[in-house]
Amino acid sequence: MIKISLTANGRKVTADIDPRTLLVDFLRTNLRLTGTHVGCDTSQCGACTVHLNGRSVKACAVLAASCDGAEVVTIEGLAKGDKLHPMQEAFREHHALQCGFCTPGMIMAAVDIVNRKGAGVDEKTIREELEGNICRCTGYHNIVRAVETGAAAMAGAKIAAE
Amino acid sequence: MTDQGIGASVKRKEDLRFITGKGQYVDDINRHGQTYAVFVRSPVAHATIKSIDTAAAMDAPGVVGVFTGADLAADKIGGLICGWMIHSKDGTPMKAGAHPALAVGKVRYVGDHVAVVIADTLDQAKDAAALVDVDYDVHDAVVDLGKSQAAGQPQIHDEAPNNTVYQWHLGDKDATDAAFAKAAHVTKLDIVNNRLIPNAMEPRAAIGDYDTGQEQFTLYTTSQNPHVARLVLSAFIGIAPEHKLRVIAPDVGGGFGSKIFIYAEETVCVWAAKKVGRPVKWTADRGEAFLADAHGRDHLTTAELALDAGGNVLALRAKTKANLGAYLSTFASSVPTYLYAPLLSGQYMIPAIYCEVDGVYTTTAPVDAYRGAGRPEATYVVERLIEVAARETGRDPAEFRRQNFIKSFPYQTPVIMAYDVGDYAACLDKALAMADYKGFGERKAASAKAGKLRGLGFSAYIEACGIAPSRAVGSLGAGVGLWESAEIRVNPVGTIEVLTGSHSHGQGHETTFAQVIASKLGVPIDQVSIVHGDTDKVQMGMGTYGSRSGAVGASAIVKAAEKIVIKGKRVAAACMEVPEDSVDFENGEFLGRGTNKKMTFGEVALQAYVAHKFDPELIEPGLKEGSFYDPKNFTFPSGVHIAEIEIDAETGKTRIDRWTAVDDFGILINPMIVEGQIHGGIAQGIGQALLEHTVYDENGQLVTGSYMDYAMPRADDLPSYNVAMSNTPCPSNPLGVKGCGEAGAIAAPAALMNAITNALGHEDITMPATPQAVWRAIQKMPRKMAAE
Repeated sequence: MIKISLTANGRKVTADIDPRTLLVDFLRTNLRLTGTHVGCDTSQCGACTVHLNGRSVKACAVLAASCDGAEVVTIEGLAKGDKLHPMQEAFREHHALQCGFCTPGMIMAAVDIVNRKGAGVDEKTIREELEGNICRCTGYHNIVRAVETGAAAMAGAKIAAE
Repeated sequence: MTDQGIGASVKRKEDLRFITGKGQYVDDINRHGQTYAVFVRSPVAHATIKSIDTAAAMDAPGVVGVFTGADLAADKIGGLICGWMIHSKDGTPMKAGAHPALAVGKVRYVGDHVAVVIADTLDQAKDAAALVDVDYDVHDAVVDLGKSQAAGQPQIHDEAPNNTVYQWHLGDKDATDAAFAKAAHVTKLDIVNNRLIPNAMEPRAAIGDYDTGQEQFTLYTTSQNPHVARLVLSAFIGIAPEHKLRVIAPDVGGGFGSKIFIYAEETVCVWAAKKVGRPVKWTADRGEAFLADAHGRDHLTTAELALDAGGNVLALRAKTKANLGAYLSTFASSVPTYLYAPLLSGQYMIPAIYCEVDGVYTTTAPVDAYRGAGRPEATYVVERLIEVAARETGRDPAEFRRQNFIKSFPYQTPVIMAYDVGDYAACLDKALAMADYKGFGERKAASAKAGKLRGLGFSAYIEACGIAPSRAVGSLGAGVGLWESAEIRVNPVGTIEVLTGSHSHGQGHETTFAQVIASKLGVPIDQVSIVHGDTDKVQMGMGTYGSRSGAVGASAIVKAAEKIVIKGKRVAAACMEVPEDSVDFENGEFLGRGTNKKMTFGEVALQAYVAHKFDPELIEPGLKEGSFYDPKNFTFPSGVHIAEIEIDAETGKTRIDRWTAVDDFGILINPMIVEGQIHGGIAQGIGQALLEHTVYDENGQLVTGSYMDYAMPRADDLPSYNVAMSNTPCPSNPLGVKGCGEAGAIAAPAALMNAITNALGHEDITMPATPQAVWRAIQKMPRKMAAE
């Protein structure tokens, strides 16, 4: 067992873990943050996408032990209290989810896409950037609309905050 | 209430928990003291089990139990069942082998369940499972569907000679043959409907629990139909009587058919919970889902269409081999028979139809219903034949369809179905305009100048949804009735709980069913809760599949709401001191006709429970009503999809340039949700036609067993869709709805393959049209076209 300390959704946590523990299992089992899902075993589906030190990662492909001292944000940590993140709002507004299983990873990936590509990110880029997140329900049409809207709303929120 | 009721695109009530990570799927649930199950699976496709040595696994750290098929048999736990009896054309019942939850004597596909290891932790269970020593006497696999019935092939089940489960037929053979004999033109196609793996994003999972004090089992499971699961686990498999077995299907992450069935793993988990005296949890990893979830499609068909000299369709004839896999899954027998051949009339007047289907065992995973279930296969046969017949006789494919469309209703096809309503030409006209069909020639010429091959293809599909009238399906061999139940519980303050036997795993019932209540009872949707997925809360139900939950499930809610209004009027009449037959109910208010007296819905609810103002000998207190609704007919959603594609002749890569869908779903409860269902269905249909393919090697090893090998449609594989409606209300249910869940997956493959073959100028290509397959097909193109 090894000891790790990290910040998860703003909360400092310390735990003794088996060195082979994956970040996704640490989040789901140790921290009971079950919004981060496991949809495959080959790091393809993206249902486990979280933010690690501000960048999106697939939590099934990261050892928890490597996250000592890191800052992790999961879907549970995206909203500010009752105020949803603009990307969460956009997913609801555009009916960009059906069964909801891929949705947490999809939203975390979408926020990261906008952070990297900017508010004006176009449909082609969004579709290419979502290559690592699989949805079986929506056919992606409404997810693309949501990311476009969420991107604009994130820019608006940023301007309002500055 | 029109802003929230039927017809409004209200945002979904269930979304808040999903977008904040608060959904509760089975794997998110943990029971105190739970153990973890890992299944020992067959690494070979076909073998006799000589011995299973579990001693080392039993001694491994943390292990609390190791069980095999012998342990299940000792507890008199029965095998898994197939709930639909099919009779062969000679009148004999289908020949089904036993399907034990854990193998007895033989294994029959890679991934077949041999033993279960249960331990304190998942890692301990995995480690111990590797210590179970199974000695196999390996036999040859039977993988090639085309050859599986041939003499000399290995026998998979003793009960089914030549690996043949049934040889079924439907239609009038003599009339069909006579029509072909006088035909001016016959179009003939050999058609492959490729095998798919459903891949709901949430893998299957189960937690079995046993309360020794109450002698009560609980199964948490990823099910589309928890009551059917309880029925089968109780009445057929023998886990426990129904009143001692609770089945809970909480949030479920997609189903697409694959979560209808009662599988080995769920059965074993609930049974084993009592054996080990602790809850038993199992969650499939994706690899297990590929191996052991029921697969879909997998037909080989030879199909013919007979035309007269004027281009009128005279007859259709089809012979199909359907792969049922190694065992009959829960509804496997019905999919290539009664969910397939009765749709072979398509949208067309076809005077004579005859279809033969051989259901065949192979040493592969069981095959059962997958989004569309038989209807995509039928549509693919009909719409490929129609398109090719138009090409071969020099007719415009749109006008050839229009000429042969059924134009008056009701229409009795020669293959069981009585279509109730539709306007096929209206959908076609709208689709032609939206797709700019007239401009296709110019676009094709422009593509050719750029060295690209452009094609356009139609699919004018029909399906039978809302399954189904119980008496009708009973006469066709179904083991159950396919009604649905609803119960409306009005609270004293006027808020409402609706208990439904339907199950939502992405369809948005918490919103759409509340919209039905808003329209019928005038109660805002935020004051309505939809309760589903728990057999202790909802008394009985048949679940969600076959696009039935609107037509059957919501209709049951309407029937129960009508009873609430009747009771409410009686309570209101007593309270307002007016005659019962003079009370009207409008916009959530009970009105004394010809008076200025009125009561709100909430006031009447309160008075129903307070019960001070009416005679209990005449009116019972309380406000709660239920309904079991059994439809009088199937519903028949239809539509026209047009795919336009451009192929890069250098690489064989197909790009979808535009997708036009005009569908007739009858009355829409929530158009936003309906469009979402269409988008998702089209994506799965495109997946089948362009990307997805299940491959077993000659030894029966699944080659496409992960997302590295099985091409799931990604965002950059797909276009945005141009979707519209052209609706004719369904006369067969009180809402006028038809069902929209499967239409896209039914329509899309034929449209896409018709477009690709249009671009290629020949028909010699099968799904999936991967770049390699298309590139090879380009090499077979007529020289002139290829040079253009």
